[in-house]
Amino acid sequence: MATLGLNHYLLLSALLFGIGVAGVLIRRNVIMVLMCLELIFNAANINLVAVSRFRPDMTGQIFTIFTIAVAAAEVAIGLGLVIAMFRNSATANVDDLHLLKG
Amino acid sequence: MEIYAFYAIAAVVLSSAVLMVTSRNLVHSVVYMVISFVAVGALFILLQAEFVAAVQILVYAGGIVVLFLFVVMLVNVTETYQVEFLHRQWLPATVLSLILAAQIGFLLWGNAGGLAADPAASASVLRAVDGGNTETLGMMLYTDYLLPFEVASVLLLVAMIGAIYLSKKRV
Repeated sequence: MATLGLNHYLLLSALLFGIGVAGVLIRRNVIMVLMCLELIFNAANINLVAVSRFRPDMTGQIFTIFTIAVAAAEVAIGLGLVIAMFRNSATANVDDLHLLKG
Repeated sequence: MEIYAFYAIAAVVLSSAVLMVTSRNLVHSVVYMVISFVAVGALFILLQAEFVAAVQILVYAGGIVVLFLFVVMLVNVTETYQVEFLHRQWLPATVLSLILAAQIGFLLWGNAGGLAADPAASASVLRAVDGGNTETLGMMLYTDYLLPFEVASVLLLVAMIGAIYLSKKRV
């Protein structure tokens, strides 16, 4: 068993990113798509904090704080859009959003 | 010792993420998402970033999850449980995104080259002020990164106004 290195964390975050991308692609529900976006944000945060630990530099942790703030803003706006969408078209399915399709 | 903790936490993160994506019930998905977020917070503690771990628990597991639960309750999706919850192309999408993850992971694994942690160096950088992670982060955030900090606060204000406007009766 090798020692715990940076590449373990990077591999974990790549896998978490892949699960998030798969979730965004395969689920039909808008709320579920937003939740999978949060998984992708988490993968990026793991990368930032891991690199900040292994080549010691505080900047990674600072940027993680900013990423979390941006994620919170994105969730607030995204869920507001979900509510507006549900009120206007009574659906939460991404396939039903085809008003702009020719 | 540390590597066993890492493997245990990584197993929790990945399995709860997979369960979240594959579970039919939205409330179950939110619960699996909480487990995944808390496990990522444990990972941050393992990486000696205590303040980021606390923020992760407070903002993600505390705030964002409650927001999601509110919207799941508000948007009544009970009738959509019965119909298909996946797209027709779910199999190629899953295979392609797993190939993407494998490629990214392979490249990162090879190029990171097993960089090991140097405890003395990381302690001198990550705990420079009074031997504490929070003190060091606060000192940098309020001196070198003061302008991005203010921009982030304006962004949160804009997001709040936008969310209030979007949730009004008539948009």
